[in-house]
Amino acid sequence: MLKSIEINSVSGQQKRIHPHKFTLWVAIGSIIMMFAGLTSAYIVKRDQPGWTTFEIPKVFWFSTAVILLSSVTIQLALKAFKEREMSRYKNLLTATALLGVVFVILQWIGFSMIWNSGITFHGSGAAQFLYVIAGLHALHVIAGVIALIIMFGKAFSKRIRTYDSIPVEIVNTYWHFVDILWIYLFVFFLWIQ
Amino acid sequence: MSNEATLHGHAGIDTSHDIGHGEHDVHHHKETFITKYVFSQDHKMICKQFLITGMIWAILGGAMSVLFRLQLGYPDSTFPWLEDILGKWAKGGKIEPEAYYALVTMHGTVLVFFVLTGGLSGTFANFLIPLQIGARDMASPFLNMLSYWFFWLASVVILCSLFLETGPASGGWTSYPPLSALGGASEGSKAGMDFWIIGMALFVVSSLLGGLNYITTILNMRTKGMSMTRLPLTIWALFFTAILGVLSFPVLLSGLILLLFDRHAGTSFYLSDIFIASTNTALPNEGGSAILFQHLFWFLGHPEVYIIILPAMGLVSEVMSVNARKPIFGYMAMIGSLFAIAILAFLVWAHHMFVTGLNPFLGSVFVLLTLLIAVPSAIKVFNWLTTLWKGNIRFTPAMLFAIGFVSLFISGGLTGIWLGNSTLDIHLHDTLFVVAHFHIVMGVSAFFGMFCGIYHWFPKMYGRYLNNTMAYIHFWVTLAGAYLIFWPMHYEGLAGMPRRYLDTSGWHSFNNFIGLNRFISTVAMIVFAVQIMFVFNFFYSIFKGRRVTTQNPWGANTLEWTTPIHAGHGNWPGEIPEVHRWAYDYAKDGREFIQQTEPISASESKH
Repeated sequence: MLKSIEINSVSGQQKRIHPHKFTLWVAIGSIIMMFAGLTSAYIVKRDQPGWTTFEIPKVFWFSTAVILLSSVTIQLALKAFKEREMSRYKNLLTATALLGVVFVILQWIGFSMIWNSGITFHGSGAAQFLYVIAGLHALHVIAGVIALIIMFGKAFSKRIRTYDSIPVEIVNTYWHFVDILWIYLFVFFLWIQ
Repeated sequence: MSNEATLHGHAGIDTSHDIGHGEHDVHHHKETFITKYVFSQDHKMICKQFLITGMIWAILGGAMSVLFRLQLGYPDSTFPWLEDILGKWAKGGKIEPEAYYALVTMHGTVLVFFVLTGGLSGTFANFLIPLQIGARDMASPFLNMLSYWFFWLASVVILCSLFLETGPASGGWTSYPPLSALGGASEGSKAGMDFWIIGMALFVVSSLLGGLNYITTILNMRTKGMSMTRLPLTIWALFFTAILGVLSFPVLLSGLILLLFDRHAGTSFYLSDIFIASTNTALPNEGGSAILFQHLFWFLGHPEVYIIILPAMGLVSEVMSVNARKPIFGYMAMIGSLFAIAILAFLVWAHHMFVTGLNPFLGSVFVLLTLLIAVPSAIKVFNWLTTLWKGNIRFTPAMLFAIGFVSLFISGGLTGIWLGNSTLDIHLHDTLFVVAHFHIVMGVSAFFGMFCGIYHWFPKMYGRYLNNTMAYIHFWVTLAGAYLIFWPMHYEGLAGMPRRYLDTSGWHSFNNFIGLNRFISTVAMIVFAVQIMFVFNFFYSIFKGRRVTTQNPWGANTLEWTTPIHAGHGNWPGEIPEVHRWAYDYAKDGREFIQQTEPISASESKH
């Protein structure tokens, strides 16, 4: 490690932000563009004949609360990691992953409630957009859960002990991002129908 | 090699290079065939993987165009050998209409995405970014490897679609609904369309993974002294290309996801209550808008043409300066115009939709924005010409292709000014005029940029030279051929001859073009044959070409020529060199060239 630091100072690679973190920020920009494309399609479509609306089930408020809570737990997990409180870190990581799974299940319940009220894929209204947009968002949350499980596995590994906080920070940032993304989508669906 | 090792300057690898560099010591990475040639994380190997995959696609895509040009040039003849290779798609030696549309569609898809995006950006971004900015490898070699393998998967899916019973997608490379959304609309809209969507989705993932890496690497991994304004223009061009890709490809992906839902889940995002004559029924769908897809598609589609042309511009700028033995004229103006093009790329998509019933007021805004692109384009052309002016030009094959690029870019760009006008577009849209325009300005031009890059950097990639005689034949036939094929198409298009039509002999007005069409087809075949010769030259020279004996055969300033002739993973055996000047100190203070690594001496004049 010493030697690599030495080389860095010689080659002078600027280390203001870790390249992997930076990659994540660019990726977040890319994901934002995808959802921006979908929500602007929604806005364009709203002005056309045949647009149908629906009532947003209450369960989406619960899922919103759950994902907000999970943001708190992952932030605490990062804090615990930096303070080398590894058991607290593991617990909070587990809690975050579980909350992520609960979020996806609640979203699924929300979808089924809309579906059972008679609004299926047939049509081209707000609900069909919700299925697609919230469904894609849920996929991003699942990807986050998978990342958490990998972090979890790393934290329990007996062979390698790592105290590099970069991967934890990256997962942390991504998790906050999918949280904020959902808040945006939720407010979008509440306001623009 | 792990990501961390790359980021931290390869402390371990450096020493091993010092011991046994040159003999390619066996112990230095414990590389197996699999890790070195297949699942390689070395950006130089990934570059070659992209390049060779792209070349295979270019041959296939080019061959498709030869087949449909055969139909267009000889609409009344039959070719029994066609049945031998295409089977039921060419019964009796004549291409079936379905097969013709499939060929046109796949030619477009393959050339636009798999050759000129994957093959061009994938090759040169991978090769040049780490080498020219002075980095051991990409920011994340692992993601970089994944980028290639997603490209490979996408290629396999699209390749498989060619062998489906109902044939590949055939609704045009733009895949407009309702044709692409209705399985019953045509043979190609059945399974072929699903393969197309899946293949494209995988391609989007590949180009996103690549783009993330390119941007991060350029911004974060430059060597000491390599400020942004000392970067070669290749890197600037690849940087803006990657930004365009990262911001526009996700929008295409969302459009394709909605299309997939319309096809299989019964949603009505694009489909409305269309009456289908063949089954005498109306669709149950309601309220869908086919125009919505066009907006989503062209929001990618227009930046996509700049994703194709910007890397070519970067390669040409660099090669031109090296071989004119002069600094590039207007370096900052070159960067500024790249930036302007990248911004405008996102603001002009609706000029592809002038005749869709777009609000004429909105249309005039898009006309203005479209014509604005002429300004940065003209700045670039002016700078290339002034770089050549009074230069000490070496007419290497790479230089010829660079000059050819400028010629084609001017010729094709001028007709862009015609097509950018919404009023003229009423007459010219969907005619061969459009085909001629975009083939010259982005198709052949981008190919010239790519050839220019391959001829220039082949010695760095493989440590051998390409054969010059074949290279000169390749250049002159391709340049003459490109003009002979596409110049006459302008006249046909002005006369109203539509594109994508199987047979125009039903119109008397087009009968005087029969001879011209035959001529175009003949030239197309000759040009294609010459490209095959280039491919032969490429593979022959990898193994048998003249060996490179000096580190810097072209006398260039940039960092890639300070690496050993056969650079290992990590690029520089010792420390990464420090940069002291910009990349274009040619013919300065009476010296032919001064490499970027040379410190500025006290007596040196300012540039």
